[in-house]
Amino acid sequence: MARALRRFVIRQPLGAAGAVIVLAMILVALFAPALAPHGPKETGFAPYLAPGAEFPMGTDQIGRDVLSRVIWGARLSLQIGLFSVVFGITLGSLWGAVTAYFGGALDSGSQRIVDSLMALPPIILALSLMAALGQSITNVILALTILLIPTAARTVRSVALGVVAAPYVEAARAAGCSHARIIARHLIPNCLASYIVLFSTNVSYAIVVEASLSFIGAGAPPDEPSWGGMLTAGVQALETAPWMVFFPGLAISLAVFALNLLGDSIRDLTDPRLRGGLG
Amino acid sequence: MRRYVLRRLLLFVPTLFGASLLVFILLRLVPGDIAEILVYQTGSESSTVQKKQIQQIRAELGLDRPVLVQYGHWMWDALRGDFGQSYSQRRPVSAILAERFPRSMELAALTLFLAVIWAVPLGVVSAVRQNSWVDYLARIVSLSGLSLPLFVTGALILWLLVRFFRWIPPLEFVPFTENPLENLKQLIWPALCQAYYISAPITRLTRSQMLEVIRHDYVRTARAKGLAERAVIYRHALKNALLPVVTFVGWWGGRLLGGLVIMEIIFVVPGMGTSLVQAVSQRDYPAVQAFIFVMAMVFLLVNLAVDLLYAWLDPRIRYA
Repeated sequence: MARALRRFVIRQPLGAAGAVIVLAMILVALFAPALAPHGPKETGFAPYLAPGAEFPMGTDQIGRDVLSRVIWGARLSLQIGLFSVVFGITLGSLWGAVTAYFGGALDSGSQRIVDSLMALPPIILALSLMAALGQSITNVILALTILLIPTAARTVRSVALGVVAAPYVEAARAAGCSHARIIARHLIPNCLASYIVLFSTNVSYAIVVEASLSFIGAGAPPDEPSWGGMLTAGVQALETAPWMVFFPGLAISLAVFALNLLGDSIRDLTDPRLRGGLG
Repeated sequence: MRRYVLRRLLLFVPTLFGASLLVFILLRLVPGDIAEILVYQTGSESSTVQKKQIQQIRAELGLDRPVLVQYGHWMWDALRGDFGQSYSQRRPVSAILAERFPRSMELAALTLFLAVIWAVPLGVVSAVRQNSWVDYLARIVSLSGLSLPLFVTGALILWLLVRFFRWIPPLEFVPFTENPLENLKQLIWPALCQAYYISAPITRLTRSQMLEVIRHDYVRTARAKGLAERAVIYRHALKNALLPVVTFVGWWGGRLLGGLVIMEIIFVVPGMGTSLVQAVSQRDYPAVQAFIFVMAMVFLLVNLAVDLLYAWLDPRIRYA
């Protein structure tokens, strides 16, 4: 384990740096109640206070402590990013794998649904979903899940098609394995690599899309401490209270940057064609 | 070849049908409709009068019929090129489209152009000098473009422009055909922001494709016969590495039309995105449906064009 870890650090220094930041973010998210000096929705301080001894990151337009909201925001962003990816990528991958396995009308029918979903602009799809469902954190997660499903279904399907055609699947079939067993024991394990890559590259995507949704008024409810919501409020007060953009902006870029570095490294590691030196 | 194109065009039908039906039903699930918005906006009358007015408007617009019947009517008209009247702007949706579509297309084309001329060379350099500081720097620069939500980057750039260059986005849109310079002045900033944002995945793909290609035998052969490194990289390696990049850029390009919303809002470009967001919030069903239909159509057409281009670029691929 230690040796594998050391190898990862040497071969993927950027990825290792990303992993450290992501780990720090997870810790902040876990211990948010202990770390934050105030509640995320606690108002009553003077609005637009510049950063100082009492409020290291200042206060926002209705007098909430920005530091506390940034800390709680880590929890919320991670929650939104992880849950939507867990649901979206998992459901999409299963969908892609299963339809590829059975093929035929089921597969081509499902591909048309995937096509239809992909032909819709993601932001607009999410906006309409949020308008229909109402603004809440659960619904943001649901909307992002629906956004992620087709991408995962398409990617995993193309991998699964290759697996289904492989001799070992044919052998399993000849040996009399049930469909369920072949899918569970042969198909899914062999699609796992692309699942992991999809997973690691989409958490950051979900976090950024949530922020964009906040901007067009369809993200998490405004009183929730979402980084996107804080940035949206901050952008409107750029002249009077630049700290309202600076700190949440720093937090989200650090998180997204780290998640992307980590995701890229995982992608590189799972791609055997990129191994080895130049011939 | 002709059969392949024909088959692909036929596949457009279920996709467009599915996408438009999805949006149609989704919009009907959004609470409130145009009748309520109109009546409650003006409303000083008693609630019974208001209810009556709402009923009347719904009947006029056909909103009191079952959703699937409405969809059927909409589809039938759309197939004949009639997208109906916009509820909120009170003019034909096709007129709004004719006005806004070229603007967003221009912005999308400019964005894509800027993204490619910046992202591809960066990816090449990054791959050729793999794991050197140049590679790390290139990756950090390109990933940082993804790290800040686009609306924040846009707002910051706009703020800088206003603050230090006293540049304010013009309220009137100047078409390229009228005054190319003014037009580009208006579009270059949103295009740059969006391009920086979408360049990261292009750089990443170019890099990984280059890494793969420069390990191939023919690249070694090119080196062995004494070609200059430049020629090896650009003539032999890049040409082959670019194939998947073309597909990817095309895919992005097809989606860009709907993805420009945020830049259009921030830089006050009266394009399709702003119009669409407005239409959704005002429950302007005909406008939303038409815009989505056109965006989906462009997405499909661009994808088809890219696939055909791919076959032309890579003679090993033959569509039958």
